[in-house]
Parts: sequence; structure tokens; C-alpha cells
Amino acid sequence: MHAIHAMWLREVKRYLRSRVQIIASLAQPMMYLLILGFGLSPVFQQAGQGNYIQFVAPGVVGMSVLFSSVFSGVGLLFDRQFGFLKETLVAPVPRALIMIGRTLGSATNAVLQGTLVLTVCIIAGFRPASLAQLPLAFGFMILIAIVFAALGTAMGSVLKDMQGFQIIMNFIVMPIFFLSGALFPLTNLPPVLKILTSIDPLSYGIDGLRTELINISHFGASVDFTVLVIAAVAFISLGSYLFSKIEI
Amino acid sequence: MIRVHELVKTYGEFRAVDNISFTVPPGEIFAFLGPNGAGKTTTIKMLTTLLKPTSGSLTLDGLSPATHQTEVRKRFGIVFQDPSLDGDLTAYENMDIHGVLYAVPARLRAERIESLLKLFELWDRRDGFVKTFSGGMKRRLEIARGFLHTPKILFLDEPTLGLDPQSRNQLWGHVKNLNESEKTTVFLTTHYMDEAERVAHRIAIIDHGKIVAQGTPDELKTQTKTDSLEAAFLALTGNSIRDESANAGADNLRQFTQMWRR
Repeated sequence: MHAIHAMWLREVKRYLRSRVQIIASLAQPMMYLLILGFGLSPVFQQAGQGNYIQFVAPGVVGMSVLFSSVFSGVGLLFDRQFGFLKETLVAPVPRALIMIGRTLGSATNAVLQGTLVLTVCIIAGFRPASLAQLPLAFGFMILIAIVFAALGTAMGSVLKDMQGFQIIMNFIVMPIFFLSGALFPLTNLPPVLKILTSIDPLSYGIDGLRTELINISHFGASVDFTVLVIAAVAFISLGSYLFSKIEI
Repeated sequence: MIRVHELVKTYGEFRAVDNISFTVPPGEIFAFLGPNGAGKTTTIKMLTTLLKPTSGSLTLDGLSPATHQTEVRKRFGIVFQDPSLDGDLTAYENMDIHGVLYAVPARLRAERIESLLKLFELWDRRDGFVKTFSGGMKRRLEIARGFLHTPKILFLDEPTLGLDPQSRNQLWGHVKNLNESEKTTVFLTTHYMDEAERVAHRIAIIDHGKIVAQGTPDELKTQTKTDSLEAAFLALTGNSIRDESANAGADNLRQFTQMWRR
């Protein structure tokens, strides 16, 4: 328990100390929200789907949680490069606990980042449907963060250097984002896209956020919740297994 | 305390560690010497559960790292050859997280961290981020950290690399103290033969993954008919290089200057 807490605290401290990075990582979600948001708004409106800013804001929050949790998880690579990883690998603590501590730390950072993005969205004109449902929205943010921090740690355990990071970004993280329905509604999609979007765990995260923030739901909140919990358990198990197999 | 039997580690065709056997009794300071790439660090990684051996057996305190990983990890401390600190944490935080991972109780942890940081003259900089430290300071911090949980076995992989003579002296002083007062078994590697000769009870010399000689410093010198450990080391490991490049003169000269420096 102490080990989990120590590793968690370390991740959170590192995040809070990297102020420049916190601000810098706001840029991308803001471009999606403001440029894409206002740019596509007229078309979206004409198609009878309502206000695009309202629609895309939960997607942008989910996106920032996805990116920061994966990055934070893959931070394992930096620790490999700078050596701190060894210190945790020889510690007399089951490696699964180290992995869980790291993952929870990364997830916490992602939720903080998501909260920051949500705040900026509200400043930019986004209006959540009901304040009473905000805690549930946070619940979904936490689940998304845990799922993808665990996935990030799992991937970080397998990669040997920073070159693999690009591959992960382009072939795993970006597809997860684009297939999640963060930018478009999941209704009336071509069959192939329909299948791909429904096997993307982030689709359920974004859907959950949308359910709680703007009362638009595709799968239903209980389906979203169940899928995310299963994905979290699966990725944490996978991550712990891969992390415990690391050799240096 | 450490028992290694016919240990082998191969990477594809390359035999990094080739059938080595040795034992280190409790309370001994054992130096593992060899040229770069001889297999020292690979051996330490296998002893410290970071690598799985290809074949052969090893036990620490009677326990096999393969079956009792956590138990084995509780018993040793290690100072790695390359850095293993978190640069975004302060010196104190680096010590503290180590203490937590090794289950040192909070009060004892605070006391020991203070005394070790004072001992290694880092107490004034305890709240400084490690990334702002000089090479020597980082090294001292790593060594202080290795002492924090009073391990039964201490692995030191080239701990004095990049340290000034003052810090090196001080470090070996601490290691000897710890060995005498707590009966800590010490397994060290170094490229400084004078250090090995001064602190080690016994020495094994490894080259191309094989142990070429073992014994006390005196035994090694007698065996090679040399008068210093450095000369013995060169006699045991330097042959092939000397024969190939035929620069025996340079080696003699090096020995010569070494003698004059004393």
C-alpha cells in the first residue's frame, strides 16, 4: 500500500512541477474546440444536430484525458532512459504494485488535465446540461484515465526506446482518438466504421461523458460504465504482467 | 551469502557470462574485476533479479532470485553503474521514496536520511532538484541511498566512477565501516585496482565472460609473480591485447610510472 502511494505521489509531483508542459498541452484540445468547433458549427447546425461546440466539448475533454494518460504511462520510457526505472525494479515490492501506483498517478494527472480542459471549455462557451450530473462525468473521466494510463504503462513496458513512441502515437493512440466518436456522432455510420468504433474503449468513455454532460447517449451510461471497467481490469492485468517481465 | 554455480548468460551467439562459479561468504568484501565488457555488470544484473540467467544457478542468502524474488530483493542494496535517480525529485524525496519502497519505518527513515545526507555532505542541498546536481553529487546521493535500508548484501557497480579522491576515500571508509559494524557482505566492481587492493578481502578477475583467477590480493600477486594488483590484473587480462599490438613497452612503462608514484 505504501509503495502504491509512493509511486502515485511521485507521478503527481512530477506532473504538478511541469507547469510549462501543463499549459502547452492545453493548446491541442483548444484548437479542436475553437477552430474545429466554430468551423464545423454551421454545417452541424444545418444537418439538424444542434450546436457543435456543445457536442464536441465532451469529446475534447475525453481526448485530453486520453493523451495525457497515455503520455504519462509511456513516461516509463523516460524512466528507462534516465535510469530511475531500475531503482523501482529491484525494490522488494511486487512489481504489480509498482505498476498500479504508477498507473493511478498517471490517471490522476490525466483527470487533472481533463478538469483543466473542461474549465477552459466552459469559459469558451460550453454549458453542461446539469450540474447534478457533473460528479458522474468525473467518474467517467477517472475511468477513461485509468484505462489508458494502464495501456500506456503496458506499452511502455514493451518498448525499449523513444523511437517506438512515434509508432504508438500514430498506430494506436491516434486511431483510438479518431474512432472514438469524439468529433462525430456514432449514429448512421458505414458498417466497417460502426464495428471499429464499437471495439474502441474510448467510444464508451466519450459516450459516458456526453451522457452526463449534454444528455446525448449512444450506448447508454450503464453499458459505457461496464465496458470501461472491464477494459480497466484487462489493461491493468496486462500492464502488471508486462511490467513484471521487464528485464534491463 | 552469495553462491554462483556454472552461471551462463547468452545474447544470441554472444556469451556475455560464460560458466562462472564463485561463493562469497557472509561478511566478506568481494571485488569483481575485469576489463570493460568482461561481463561484470551482466553478472550483477543476474544477482540483483534484473536479468534471468540462461543457465546455471545462483542463490543469495540461500534464496534463489527465480523463486523468491521479493525476499531476495529485501536482502540487498545496489549502487548502479549508471544513474538511477529521479531528476525531477529533490535529493530528500529520492531518499524518501527509496525508504518507503524498502519499508523503512517513517521515524527511522527520517533519522537515517538526515544522518546519511549529512555524512555525504548533501544535507544543505536536500531540497534541490537532483537534475541540478553535479555528477559527483548525484553519485554521492546514489551511494547514500544504497545505505539507507541497511541491506545484508551491498552491490557496488563501479561506485567511484567520476568521484574526486576525497569522495572516493570517504566512500570506501564508509563501506569498510559498514562491513565491520554490520557484517554487511559487499560485492563490488571497480576499475581502480588500488581501491580493490585496499578494501577487498577476496578478488575474482573476469575476462571474456570467464573467471580467470580468484583469491586474495596477495594470492593473485604470487600467482602472477607481480608486485601490485594492477600488474597482476594486466598479466591475467592484458595478454591478448599485448600480443596483438606488441606494445609490451607501454605496459611496462605504465607499471614503471606506477611504481614511481608510490
